[in-house]
Amino acid sequence: MAEHDIIVTVNGERRRLRVESRRTLADALRDDLGLTGTHLGCEHGACGACTVLIDDEPQRSCLVFAAQLGGHRVTTVEGLCGPDGSLGAVQEAFRQCHGLQCGFCTPGFVVTVSAFLAERPPGLSVPDDDEIRDALSGNLCRCTGYQGIIAAVRHAAAASSDGAGG
Amino acid sequence: MKPAPFDLHRPATVADAVGLLTAYGDDAKVLAGGQSLVPLLSLRLATPAHLVDLGDVAGLDDVGATEGSVRIGAMVSHRRAGRHAAVCDHAPLLARAVPFVGHAAIRARGTVGGSIAHADPAAEYPAVCVALGAELELAGPGGTRRVAARDFFVSTYTTAMRSDEVLVAVHLPAAGPRRGAAVDEVARRPGDFALAGAACAVDLDSDGRVERAGLSLFGVADRPWPADAAAAALVGTGPGLDLDEVAHLAVHDLHPSDTLHASGRYLRHVAGVVARRALGRALEEARRG
Repeated sequence: MAEHDIIVTVNGERRRLRVESRRTLADALRDDLGLTGTHLGCEHGACGACTVLIDDEPQRSCLVFAAQLGGHRVTTVEGLCGPDGSLGAVQEAFRQCHGLQCGFCTPGFVVTVSAFLAERPPGLSVPDDDEIRDALSGNLCRCTGYQGIIAAVRHAAAASSDGAGG
Repeated sequence: MKPAPFDLHRPATVADAVGLLTAYGDDAKVLAGGQSLVPLLSLRLATPAHLVDLGDVAGLDDVGATEGSVRIGAMVSHRRAGRHAAVCDHAPLLARAVPFVGHAAIRARGTVGGSIAHADPAAEYPAVCVALGAELELAGPGGTRRVAARDFFVSTYTTAMRSDEVLVAVHLPAAGPRRGAAVDEVARRPGDFALAGAACAVDLDSDGRVERAGLSLFGVADRPWPADAAAAALVGTGPGLDLDEVAHLAVHDLHPSDTLHASGRYLRHVAGVVARRALGRALEEARRG
């Protein structure tokens, strides 16, 4: 019972894993699958650095056990880039707006922001700063570079509403 | 840190989950969304030998409105509960508590039942349950039973559930046609547990008088605080009621302990303020219709 065999879809690929019960999704991604884009800060759900998408919803990968994810879909920061490996829209906005300093928290922010923007109904105006701050409130940046991060969200939202013709 | 070793069990039915809890007794813990339990495991404040994961148990994520009540399965996530039409229409007080629970990532994984069973005295849903007069549906070796919310919450992190029981669902009385519901809280940071909070629901009769009222405070006692005197004072009243007086009644017998972050005196003051705000907003919504 201590080991579990699961098949989980990670960034669109079916992956087979044998994991100990206590293996968190974050550790399985980094150590078993080599996807080190997901960063582990606090390991107890406070910092948000390890946020990934599970079935398209943002969740903390340090608070989920890999053994629970058989049959589910996981998207990490590596899965948010373009098909040719170029930066995705949110990643590009972070680059342009200086939305990262040391970069440790960035994968969690990029995933959280991607989910936040993807959920907004098309045609809605660019979110105001209060909405953005609320959406980001589960992610900590110890460089305190929040202004650039918020600017990046505004930029990405504007770019996506332009792209949608709204 | 990493959790200490344990065995993860993934039962497919409530009966199997109860069977595992019966077999392992105090060595087992129930895992719902894990947003409170997994941090405790990671910090090794909890080291159970067995975790009984409810994630694959059939039927625990159902939501349904039946005659006069809404039933929310224990494994329904905060996120889903807050968006579900049956919850928004018939149990708006719970839907309005959702934005106060953690952050987006917590709300996607954390569950209504997990929060209720964890019984953090500063959590929103226990107060929602007490304010509405909800019932908790528990499954155990002898079948299921229903416990009234105010009997369910015993003390800090302590409920009337036995160690071989599983919380299956919460039953919330449905709001009437002329209703208002409001949650308000003061927390040190958005998403943190509240220093003090209030949950209030009212129903008006056809003459615009308060027919039914519930008010409960959280964060200020070892369990959700039933502000019964205040709720009783609302019943039968129309516009023009002095809500400051009602809020005063809500905290009359309340004497919070001093905490690391605030004195008991301050917490009592804040409880009165959030009670006043929740009362005002719930009544305003009900009168607006």
